[in-house]
Amino acid sequence: MSFEPPIDQIKGKIREVAIGQNAKIGGETTFPFHLWEGDMPNPPMIAMEVYDEPQPGWPEAVRKVYEDVMGDPVAWAKKCQDEFGADAIVLQLRSVDPNGTDASAEAAAATVKQVNDAISVPLIVLGTGSPEKDTEVLKKVAETMPDDLIPIGPVDDSNHRQIGAAAMGYKKPVIAFTSMDVNLAKQLNVLLTQLGVPEDKIIIDPTTGALGYGLDYCYSIMERDRLAALAQNDSKMQMPIFNNLAPETWKAKEAKVSEEEEPTFGDVETRGVLWEAITATSLLLCGSDVLVMRHPQAVKLVRTAIDGLQAQAKEKVAS
Amino acid sequence: MALSGLQIFKLLAKTNCKECGFPTCMAFAMQLAAGKAELDKCPYVSDEAKAALGEASAPPVRKVTVGAGDLAVTVGEETVMYRHEKRFEHMPGLGVMITDAMDDAQVDTLMRQLKEQQFNYVGRTLRPRVAAIKAADGAALAALAAKVDAGCGAALVLVSDDAAALKAAAEPLKDKKPLLYAASESNFDAVAAVARELDVPFAIKAGTLDKLAELGQKALDGDFKDVVLDPSSSSLGDVLMDQTLIRRSAVKKTFRALGFPTIGFPCNMTDDRMLEAVYASVFIAKYAGFVILSDLDPARTLPLLYLSQNIYTDPQKPMQMDQGIYPVNDPGPEAPIIVTTNFSLTYFTVSSEVEASKMPAWLAIMDVEGQSVLTAWAAGKFVADAIAPFLKKSGIEEKAPHKNVIIPGYVAQISGELEEELGDGWQVQVGVREAADIPKFLRQWSAA
Repeated sequence: MSFEPPIDQIKGKIREVAIGQNAKIGGETTFPFHLWEGDMPNPPMIAMEVYDEPQPGWPEAVRKVYEDVMGDPVAWAKKCQDEFGADAIVLQLRSVDPNGTDASAEAAAATVKQVNDAISVPLIVLGTGSPEKDTEVLKKVAETMPDDLIPIGPVDDSNHRQIGAAAMGYKKPVIAFTSMDVNLAKQLNVLLTQLGVPEDKIIIDPTTGALGYGLDYCYSIMERDRLAALAQNDSKMQMPIFNNLAPETWKAKEAKVSEEEEPTFGDVETRGVLWEAITATSLLLCGSDVLVMRHPQAVKLVRTAIDGLQAQAKEKVAS
Repeated sequence: MALSGLQIFKLLAKTNCKECGFPTCMAFAMQLAAGKAELDKCPYVSDEAKAALGEASAPPVRKVTVGAGDLAVTVGEETVMYRHEKRFEHMPGLGVMITDAMDDAQVDTLMRQLKEQQFNYVGRTLRPRVAAIKAADGAALAALAAKVDAGCGAALVLVSDDAAALKAAAEPLKDKKPLLYAASESNFDAVAAVARELDVPFAIKAGTLDKLAELGQKALDGDFKDVVLDPSSSSLGDVLMDQTLIRRSAVKKTFRALGFPTIGFPCNMTDDRMLEAVYASVFIAKYAGFVILSDLDPARTLPLLYLSQNIYTDPQKPMQMDQGIYPVNDPGPEAPIIVTTNFSLTYFTVSSEVEASKMPAWLAIMDVEGQSVLTAWAAGKFVADAIAPFLKKSGIEEKAPHKNVIIPGYVAQISGELEEELGDGWQVQVGVREAADIPKFLRQWSAA
């Protein structure tokens, strides 16, 4: 019996979401990097993180990269764009945390505007995860930059009405956050579309687990998201997927514990960089469209992986 | 060729004895047809049925064992494309290439790492197990293989295109079941003859899946079962494509010629060791049976072994922590006691927030079969009359005698009842609902 390449017939297509001045995410007509049986018109994007206030607790491997720009989000964003070649910038608005600095929505929006004006790559804005405060902040961000395609999030079931309305008013794509559950993700997409948010303005944040800390759950949820979208042609799941992996990765003990404390674990910086790069690469394989990353060396490795995964001798299966 | 459930059913005893674990012979037959049950679960199967069913009931990816003893690696027996459909069965064997171009110190280091390197992660021991041995000629290959076997007992992959060299190295070690790597179009018969004579597994390699399937068919025709595939993928994209198409042919089409586990050599794909680890992660996530690296630097093997565990853990059984008291940030007798469930994600989230808070605390992790707080509470497992005896027997009172315990905010309603169950002056404090709020909570905490 001779070999015939088993090719999957895909019915669905991931929607393209326009962000920034001329970038798009999504658009796949196949499973991640299955380029022998479909297309991936917009390869996954690496969005590098910028924080709006200093991050004193960071492990040395990443602290030393950014210590000269901590406290200066504009310089930080330019560094990621110009030195590290970030495809996009994610501004993580930690200053607005009601349990922390509790900065005002106005102050946060002003920072967002400064960063937005300073960079040419797309900007993505994330609140702190406090639904009430994020509502206030993200509305203000949308209002302040009414014409820019800046994805804003996280939007969850408790604040989707308010943020959804602001997003519709100001053309903002929304990052719809649910906690590791295919049905909840679909339900939130349904709620947002019922509200009137266009389907091509929704991005799924399925909750990202780092290697060793929930990656297995996240990996299978994302595979199931993509099966629903592509194999079952479920239009409510045909959105690009966003993975905010850097904060999770660099929280992992194994990514930051020193070799003195754990002598069998090997060099801490190598380990930290690979913790992030391997988490990111795994997420690429289950359907990520946007990877939020931190360490420039990990970014470089994952960029090489994205390029490498697209290099396929497709003639081997063409018949 | 695969048989249907009905064809299999006709060959069974049809007594519905249930000893196979399925309610009826028909149900068992359907599972056999789907490759999800094994024929030897039926104690009454006749020899004729066995012969007829043997082929049909074999798993779509053959089971192959390389090595013997502690470091033996069994791979294959896979039945699905996606881990959530059932689970992936056997973690890939992670290993290292050892060559006669290395000096003694290098070889000694690698042998020591194979012997000693291991990591404990959610109750499992993860370690590299495989040594691929490459040398200029048969004598050198035999000498190095014997040395590595004696030095660490790793599962061996013997690398040569020369069947005579493979035989020279494998013969003295044949009971250790080394993998002969590899038979290709030009040397298939000679290598297969060595594998047959010594009763050891062998790998087949080819540059295209067509040619690989031809060799796979030759192996099937020769009645070989212990075969490993190398599609010799030249780019990362080809790794994904080849591994996916091999697995899909095997499990979706029951295409036996490619129904074997695979081996990959990220060590041959790049000189950059960091990139090599990233390439290895693609092999691990995407179905490879053996993954061979250039070295065993723990800073690289640790994330790769964790990834194997994450991909191969059973998604239908939540990962669990062992029940017990876990100290965080070096707690003393005055430190707060936090009780929660042994669902691994619950534990990871809580412990990492406590760690981040820099406040010392005792985590009392209770066995509720790996459920999260609310699920376990709803199931009656994380309730006052279960938590109280757990805390009392946990030994926490010797470590921190202050008799204050913090419960998750989601189960605030059990605080009164738990205080009663504990009695003896215990105070129950209601903690936060979200782990992210733990640092703030702990900074403000004081014993009641």
